[in-house]
Amino acid sequence: MTRLSEGARQERRLGWLLCAPAVLVMLAVTAYPVLYALYLSLHRYDLRFPQLARFVGLDNYAAVLSSGFWWEAFQVTCLITVVSVAVELALGMGLAVVMHRAILGRPAVRTAVLLPYGIVTVVAAFSWQYAWTPGIGYLVDSAGEAPLTDHWKAIGLIILAEVWKTTPFMALLLLAGLALVPEETLRAAMVDGATRWQRFRLVTLPLMKPAILVALLFRTLDAFRIFDNIYVLTQGSNGTGSVSILGYDNLFTALNLGIGSAISVLIFLCVAVIAFAFIRLFGTAAPGSEDTGR
Amino acid sequence: MACAVRRSRALAAVLVLAAAAVACGGGASRTSGRATLDWYNFPDDSGALQQAADRCSRASGGRYVIRYNKLPRTADGQRQQLVRRLAARDPALDILGLDVTWAPEFAEAGWIRPWTGSRRAEAVRDTLPAPVRTATWKDRLYAVPYNTNVQLLWYRADLVPQPPTTWAGMLDAARALAKAGKPHRIEVQGAQYEGLTVWFNTLVASAGGSILNADATAPSLGAPAVRAASIMRDLAVSPAADPSLSNQTEDQNRLAMESGTAAFQVNYPFVYPAMKADNPELFRHFRWARYPRVDADRPARVTIGGIDLAVGAHSRRPELAFEAALCLRDRDNQRAAALRGGLPPTLRSLYDDPQIERSYPFAQDILAELENAALRPQTPAYQNVSIAVSHTLSPPAEIRPAASVLDLRGQIEDALQSKGLVP
Repeated sequence: MTRLSEGARQERRLGWLLCAPAVLVMLAVTAYPVLYALYLSLHRYDLRFPQLARFVGLDNYAAVLSSGFWWEAFQVTCLITVVSVAVELALGMGLAVVMHRAILGRPAVRTAVLLPYGIVTVVAAFSWQYAWTPGIGYLVDSAGEAPLTDHWKAIGLIILAEVWKTTPFMALLLLAGLALVPEETLRAAMVDGATRWQRFRLVTLPLMKPAILVALLFRTLDAFRIFDNIYVLTQGSNGTGSVSILGYDNLFTALNLGIGSAISVLIFLCVAVIAFAFIRLFGTAAPGSEDTGR
Repeated sequence: MACAVRRSRALAAVLVLAAAAVACGGGASRTSGRATLDWYNFPDDSGALQQAADRCSRASGGRYVIRYNKLPRTADGQRQQLVRRLAARDPALDILGLDVTWAPEFAEAGWIRPWTGSRRAEAVRDTLPAPVRTATWKDRLYAVPYNTNVQLLWYRADLVPQPPTTWAGMLDAARALAKAGKPHRIEVQGAQYEGLTVWFNTLVASAGGSILNADATAPSLGAPAVRAASIMRDLAVSPAADPSLSNQTEDQNRLAMESGTAAFQVNYPFVYPAMKADNPELFRHFRWARYPRVDADRPARVTIGGIDLAVGAHSRRPELAFEAALCLRDRDNQRAAALRGGLPPTLRSLYDDPQIERSYPFAQDILAELENAALRPQTPAYQNVSIAVSHTLSPPAEIRPAASVLDLRGQIEDALQSKGLVP
């Protein structure tokens, strides 16, 4: 590394000064709450009993991890995550191919596909909720009496709302990946006698791997933190609550900041594990590794 | 450069506007010597609450103006908004409309001020004792009762000439009607929410027991609780149960009765004007009776609801807030709330008021129930206790009385120590 000239050093200092306000704001709005949640999670701290607040070490984590409610919510969250992301990947890939290949009215097709993603999740969730409510819903007859009050039906409807809402996001990311596949490689494969399916499986998919990874990673992280659809559709009743709903109930209904923060930290750890697993699983194709996307 | 100048001018303009907005905000709370008191209460569509705020503002002789702020519609939403503001020491919370189960929690957290001396005396004068007890924590009064509420038994006189007096009698009557192929359902709140806790609490108290012991330090439950759980289960597995029982709240019960499928419902008095408006044909046979008993020889003890008014601990004008709260629940305002909004008053003497008796034909039955009413557990951990009850006893058809009550005991012990998770 060469020594920087005086001018370059000054420029670098100016650079730091210019971004310092942004860094400070970021620290204030992200690092502080995260660290504060970590601090609270090690305390017995119930808003209603401020005089009983004290350090309890890992007791809150033990309480959460030994609670049936946490594991039930964890299972529901994993189920919703796996099913919704798998369905979104399949549908999103189909839509991406359609958008990629569409010759006529390409802007119209893309706009139509992206429409659900442009609608506020809570608004969409309320319209689903009305649709499935006996007496007023236009879809309720297709799913039997009060489907949102039945465990499995409700979970299915939550997944449906989630898939409807975020498939366009998946499709958009995959479309970017499709654009990376060079036309000449596909033509060469065609000349070599590869069928349409073989071209897709052996040429397009491997070249799209980084885009698929990014799309899956983003959606899995989002899906694991699912809150709004469940909050509106079922409020977590009949065993449909996710870990985020459990955290919310313990923080804002039970006002137990210690337990609630421990749940939040555990969700954060789960999300970190998911991100780590993805990067290990996909190895060198991971964003940030040496040959990203090349 | 010109661009930079314009930008800094724009920034300056924004800052000036922001400063002006702050100044306006400060000015709004004290316009020409008149203090503005913020009253947070449930959203009222009848106009009675706004009318009370206006009346008291005028009556203050220009000392204060009450601003009525509407809280969210659900009790949980109301509590969350109040708690988040109180925990952040919001000084704009002057007068708070608390559900009857919140006073111990808010008092223990130091969020509301106790009522003492002459103000206390004024608050309890002519006020029914049960509502006063809901606002009392550790022998101190923390709020003044605004309105109260109790459930009655509503039935159809064309199907049931003589109303049953016990749950067992009501179940028998429903079975007989079912055999005869007539509308026979018993409408009751069976969803997994506060209403289910209220039903259980009423049954336990009517059976001579209570959910918690006298000083609210441990579960009491015992045989009366098993008895109560059995009644809930028996109803849920009988032909009298509505197919939607495990998902029904007060309003679904009302709608089911109005649609003609039910012979009975236990519900609050709002169902009476609603039936009159929605189904005049059925209204001709719509009658009420005292809440059914558990034991034939012991009157039912019905759980009371309602709103108590408290003064926020961080209010800048607590003296005025106490005075305004007393005005908001005075005789005239309670009468208006009863006549316009259908809210049963907490002042004893209003039950002999000719106007109330005319529009409230069931006023004397409500009064009789209020005089023997049951409170829900008085503890700062009430929310956790209630969640434990409604989760353990839901759905009612799957209650195993002895085992469920045993399970409940453990959960309530945890809840009282704010240990463990709430589902």
